[in-house]
Formats: sequence, structure tokens, C-alpha cells
Amino acid sequence: MSQSASLEMPVKKLWGGGTSPFGTSYGKLMMWFFLISDAFTFSSLLISLGYARYVHADAWPVVENVFYHFPFVHGHLPLLYVGLMTFILIISSVTMVLAVDAGHTNNKKGVLFWLGLTVIGGLVFLSSQAWEWYTFIVGNPEGKLMQIVNAEGQTVMATVHGANLQYNEYGHTLFANFFFFITGFHGFHVFTGVLLNAIVWIQAYNGVFERRGHYEMVEKVGLYWHFVDLVWVFVFTFFYLL
Amino acid sequence: MEYTHQPEAGQVQGHAHASSHEFDDEHHHAETFWSKYVFSQDHKMISKQFLVTAVIMGVLGMLMSVIFRLQLAWPGQSFPILETILGKWGKDGILDPNFYLALVTIHGTIMVFFVLTGGLSGTFSNLLIPFQIGARDMASGFLNMLSYWFFFASCLVMFLSLFIEAGPASGGWTVYPPLSALPQAMSGSGLGMTMWLISMALFIASSLLGSLNYIVTILNLRTKGMSMTRMPLTIWAFLVTAILGVLSFPVLFAAALLLIFDRSFGTSFYLSDIYIGGMALERNGGSPILYEHLFWFLGHPEVYIVLLPALGLTSEVIATNARKPIFGYRAMVASLMAIAFLSIIVWGHHMFISGMNPFLGSVFVFTTLLVAIPSAVKVFNYITTLWKGNIHFTPAMMYAIGMVSFFISGGVTGIILGDSALDINVHDTYFVVGHFHLVMGSAAIFGMFAGVYHWFPRMYGRMMNKKLGYAHFWLTFISAYGVFFPMHFLGLAGVPRRYYTNTEFPLFDNLVDINVLVTSFAILAAVAQAIFLFNFFYSIFKGQKSPQNPWHSNTLEWTAPVEHIHGNWPGAIPEVHRWAYDYSKPGYEEDYVLQTVPLRPDEKDEGH
Repeated sequence: MSQSASLEMPVKKLWGGGTSPFGTSYGKLMMWFFLISDAFTFSSLLISLGYARYVHADAWPVVENVFYHFPFVHGHLPLLYVGLMTFILIISSVTMVLAVDAGHTNNKKGVLFWLGLTVIGGLVFLSSQAWEWYTFIVGNPEGKLMQIVNAEGQTVMATVHGANLQYNEYGHTLFANFFFFITGFHGFHVFTGVLLNAIVWIQAYNGVFERRGHYEMVEKVGLYWHFVDLVWVFVFTFFYLL
Repeated sequence: MEYTHQPEAGQVQGHAHASSHEFDDEHHHAETFWSKYVFSQDHKMISKQFLVTAVIMGVLGMLMSVIFRLQLAWPGQSFPILETILGKWGKDGILDPNFYLALVTIHGTIMVFFVLTGGLSGTFSNLLIPFQIGARDMASGFLNMLSYWFFFASCLVMFLSLFIEAGPASGGWTVYPPLSALPQAMSGSGLGMTMWLISMALFIASSLLGSLNYIVTILNLRTKGMSMTRMPLTIWAFLVTAILGVLSFPVLFAAALLLIFDRSFGTSFYLSDIYIGGMALERNGGSPILYEHLFWFLGHPEVYIVLLPALGLTSEVIATNARKPIFGYRAMVASLMAIAFLSIIVWGHHMFISGMNPFLGSVFVFTTLLVAIPSAVKVFNYITTLWKGNIHFTPAMMYAIGMVSFFISGGVTGIILGDSALDINVHDTYFVVGHFHLVMGSAAIFGMFAGVYHWFPRMYGRMMNKKLGYAHFWLTFISAYGVFFPMHFLGLAGVPRRYYTNTEFPLFDNLVDINVLVTSFAILAAVAQAIFLFNFFYSIFKGQKSPQNPWHSNTLEWTAPVEHIHGNWPGAIPEVHRWAYDYSKPGYEEDYVLQTVPLRPDEKDEGH
């Protein structure tokens, strides 16, 4: 409804004051601008990753040889699990769309159902990421012989298992640094998103939006959630696929 | 006609809550001291909070500069007062070299971020955006309040870092790693640096909340008739500034986060091949140049975040006091946008000597020199606005003209620095210090003073003393040139910036007198600010009561009652019928026509 109203208005009147030129509330507009800002943060991190990777191309691990585990399954299944995670996150975007849609028709049950599924999708993604970090940190049983500095400050040869912020058995340290930082930063966004979705779910359950007469809050957290998913697509592309 | 602005917006939005901004009924609840003066959500109060905080921080930053200027003019000489003020950092009255670096660093940080970003944008965007576009308040009063309190917390953390054992951050305001990344690198890189980063993170949050509010308020809450081309140039400047902030501060945020990880969690994003005390550090692969890129991607737009609001305020003050329409309104808007756009693609000119590919350098030279075009457009438009104007030399007008003067004299040396070949000679010398203190330091602070003198009656309902204003202006104007102009000669002679003393280099011996001159002017400037402080605080309480429209200005803020009320206007919000610059329009009795005056049947609006 709001869109048809704004489309009918001539541009001059639309920007002539006394009305919102985009036909949106201030809150949604603010969310859009915030997301643009956040996109710049992620872009600068991904560009930094690209730089490190370009400089250390020879020491950069082949990602298929790092992430090939799958819970409860033995064998070499490169990128299968992270692919599944990505799929789950994208599905949670779909359920979010359905929640927003239900909100448009003031369908409380629909909002609760689809938003609930979105929260679950987010939680599954977060726990998958925790598992992924865990496997990455624990590493291979055989490990890799590397030069490290021990507790006494001497440089010695030792077997390193897995990766942390100082050592990385799979290849260059910066790979692990960026892995932890970027997926961690994104994971924090997902965590925040899940939290916001859960709060909005509780508010919807308590009938806050019914009383308010509209479910715009669902749209706002929806924008954020789609953004977080979109960012993951880029992280997935630049970290795992390329 | 009983017209209120918000319900109309509500119709278009299709959401009932958009009309929750109607203040008429719901805001008569009792105000406590806390909700009125401290946790206020009213844009006028928040604006005053920003201004007073910025004034305090500004005094702090200025006193710091006086202290390190003493050392530069009379290196190694004992000033007993330093021991009184600084304690162990001024043992026997001699400034400690490490603390000298800390002073330079914190002076830069305070002036750039707290005074000229938070103070300038925070004060005037908050005051003028709702007033000049005809809105009851900011889009979100709550976020606006948070913006101030993040700013306050950020100031507080930075201030407290002065009192810690090892001293505050001292790696320069740009905090380049590895100096800032390794606590063992220098005494200021320990807790002091951590506090600097925390303070900056808070500042970024404050700036983001503020900017989002400014943008959305300007887009959504303009009163009826206030089309984009009828907005005063101040509002355009605040809009463009806020957009720049939203685009560039997140990159500083990323840079700061990576630096925090390098410092505290042992990563090596910025570290490689470092030897400390003959021992190789086991942190490899990163690059300090990466930090420089990320930092200056913010750092350069930041210069314009500082400058654009000053340009906007100046436009308004000059047009009002020249009693003439601003010359080339659309060119002014376009040049604001052009400057903002170019500022995002010139960051490499801070890094010509960093080992960056010289070809890339030449690209940055090109984009940098392009900035001269919109800047020149602005300068010529100011001058042509003044030309044949009926100029009223109020203190605000003096400051506005002074601002244009600094913008020219500082801008010209920018062309020299922006050329990568010439920059080899003068980089990291006092030439650079002189340049940016004129073009963004003095110009922006003069814009801010113009704003304070001009809108003081709007903020406090009283006038500032004119005579003290003139005294303040002339002393500040003369001493600003006295401080920063000779610095160019020091720089051309090769004197490096940031050095504690140059007595070890005989080739600089004959330049000591210039440093004495500079310091003398710096002290004069500091004394001149006492006049301002007295005038400011005295006038808040005892100044002459202001009429509603003391400068006979056209814009909406002067149609609101002198006393601050919630929602700014009693009754309906005024409707706008014309642009903001109908000064000395033929056919009108007065030499100004308020924006609320309807167009006559045969009259053409300049804004459309």
C-alpha cells in the first residue's frame, strides 16, 4: 500500500517536503544506512584478506585440504559441511521473508512460526560454526613440524596441531588470523541477529505489534538478517571458494 | 489552515506510529533535572551538551599545544611551572621526551575528533537540522541522546588516559603500527594505547548514531514546502558530512579492531620482520602499510567531515551578513558533493613515501588535484557573494571571512603537498603541519566560531558581547597566521615534525628564532581564547536578551520562539514557500524575506 502511494506521486512533490520521499519510516531508513556502513567494515576486512592472500599466495593453504570434515562422518568431504551451513543460513533468509510477509497481513501466528524457524536456523548456523572452529583448532592427529618459540623464549622445532592465532599447521599464520577474525566478526553479527530476532519473537508473542497495529519491527530485523546472510555469501566466496 | 506536518508523513508511510512525533499533547509530563539537562532527548539540549564538552576538550588540546610549543622554542630550558602541572613528566621543569610525544598525539586526537568532528558536527547538526528544516526534533531522540553519551564516554576515556602511570598513547594521532601495536615499542604503547583505541571505538559508535540520525531526519522530516533545493546550505553540508561519516568511520573501525587483535591476541595483521632488542619477533606476514591504507581511507574523508560543516555554516553567515543571496546555490551544493566524493578516492596522498607503487601515487596525485576545482568554486562563490554586498561586520561575519581566508591560504599549499614529486621534499616536515593547521584546523575552527557567534542567541536566548567578539577575532586571526605561516618556512628548510628537539642538527640552528616567534603567537592565541571563554560563559547567564531574529535572517530557526520549547514551534510547524536566500529582494520593504512568506503571484522562487 505504501509503495503504490509513493509511486503515484510526482517526483517534485515527493521531495518537496512534508513527506518521506522513500515512503518509509525513519527506523527502516536508518537501518538501511547502518547496513551500508557495516558493509564498508566487512568490505575493508575482505579487501585486507585479499591483500594478505595475494602477498602470501605460495604459503596460503588450499582450502579443500583444511575444511573437509563432516560431523559423525569419516572421510575427505571438502567444503561439504560449510556448504550445508551456507544453505541453512540462506534458508533462514527465506523463512525471514515469509515472516515479514506474514507481518504485512498482521498474521501473528505466521510471524511467530516463520520467525521462530529463522531463530532456529541462526542457532544451527552458529553451532555449526562453533564445530567448524573446533575442528580447525584441534587439527590433524599427525600435525606439522614447525619452528616455534617455546615458553623459555627459545626457538625450537615442534609438532603443531591445528591452528591458533600464532601457529597454523595448514599454512600461513595469517590464514588462521583472518579465518578467526572474519568468521568471528560475522558470527558476532549472526549472534546479534539471532538475539534481535528472538526479542522481536517474544514481543510478537506478547502481542506488542498487534497493539501497535503493524509488524514493522519484523521488517527492520529482517533487513539486518538478510544483510548478515548476504555478507556470509561474500565471506564464503572469498574465504572458501576462491 | 490547521496544518501539521507529521500526519501527512504518516499517510504516505502507511504506518500509524510515524505520527508518534506529535509533541503537542504527550510532552507535558514533568521534567526532572536529569531528564532536562543530563539525559535529554531534545536536540537543542544535546547540541549545547556537545558544544560545552567540545569547548572543554578544545581548551585542553590548546593548553597541550602551548606546553609542547614551549619545548620547541626553548629546547631543554627549565620552566618550573611544568613540574607543577605535569609532575614526573616535567621533572626539573623540563618536558619529558616521551610525554612530549604523548602531548602531540593527544593534542591531534582531541582537536581532530573531539573538537572538530564531535564538537562541530554534533553541535550544529543537532541544533540546526530540526530548526532549519522545520522538524519537531531529530528522527530518533533516543539515539541522539546515546550519540552524545557515547561521545562523552569517549572523551572521558581519552582524558583519563592522561593520568596513567606509563602515559597516554604517544605514537602520533595516526597511531601507525608497529609502534602502536607492540607494548614494548614505547611507553605510550601500553595501557595508554589500549585506552586510545577504546575511546576511538566509542567515538565511532557516537559518530555513527549521530550521522544516521542526521541523514534520516533531513530526508524524512522536512516540513511542507522544504524541498531539497530550498534547504539552507548548512543543511546540505551536514547531510553530506553525515554520509561521509557513515561511509568512512566503519573502515577505521575495522582498522582499529585488527590493531586491537594485534596488540592483545597475538595476531600479525600489521606486523612483520620486527626485531626488538636484537631478538626477532615471531610475528610475520602482516603489513603496516595495510593499516595506513585502512586508516587513511577514513583519515582523508575525516578532513572533510571536519571542514564541510564549517563551509556550510560560513555560507549561511556570509549570505545573511552580506544581505545578498548566496552566489551559485546549486554550484555550492554540487561542489559539496564533489568534494565529498573526491575525498574518498584521495587517501593515497598521505602515503606517497610509504613505498606504495609510484604509478598508484600518480593516480592519487590526479584525484587530489581535482579537489582544487570544487574548492575553488566554493571560494569564488563566497567572494562573489560578498561582492557589492551590504556587509554587516558582526563577529560571526568576521569569522566567516577569516574562514575563507584560511581555506585559501591553506588550500594553496595543499596543491604542493598533493604532488607526489614535490611531496618528497616536504613530507613529514613543518610544511605539512602548517598546511593542515591552516586548511582544516584554523578554517574549521573559524567556521565553528562563526557558528557559535551567529547561533548563540538561538542556543541560549542571549547575545554574546560584540566588542569582546572583535577582540577575540583579531587576536585569534593574527596569531593563527603567526603560528602557522612561519611553519611553512621551517618545513621548506627541512625541519621534521614530531621531533622533540632539533638542537643536534646544526643546519637548523638559525631557525630557532622562527620557533620562538611561533611559540609567542601560540601563547597569544591561547590568551585570546580566554576572552572567548569569558564572553561565552558570561553571556549564557548575563548576556543581553536576544530578539527573535537578531540578524534578520531568512531561515526557519528564527521563526521559533526565543525560549526553547519541546517541539520547537508552538502550534503548527511553519510551511515553507521559498528558498533560504531571498536577501535584499527587490519589491520587499525589508532586506530579508522569511522562508515562511508565501510567494507573490508574479514572484519566482530562486530555489526551484
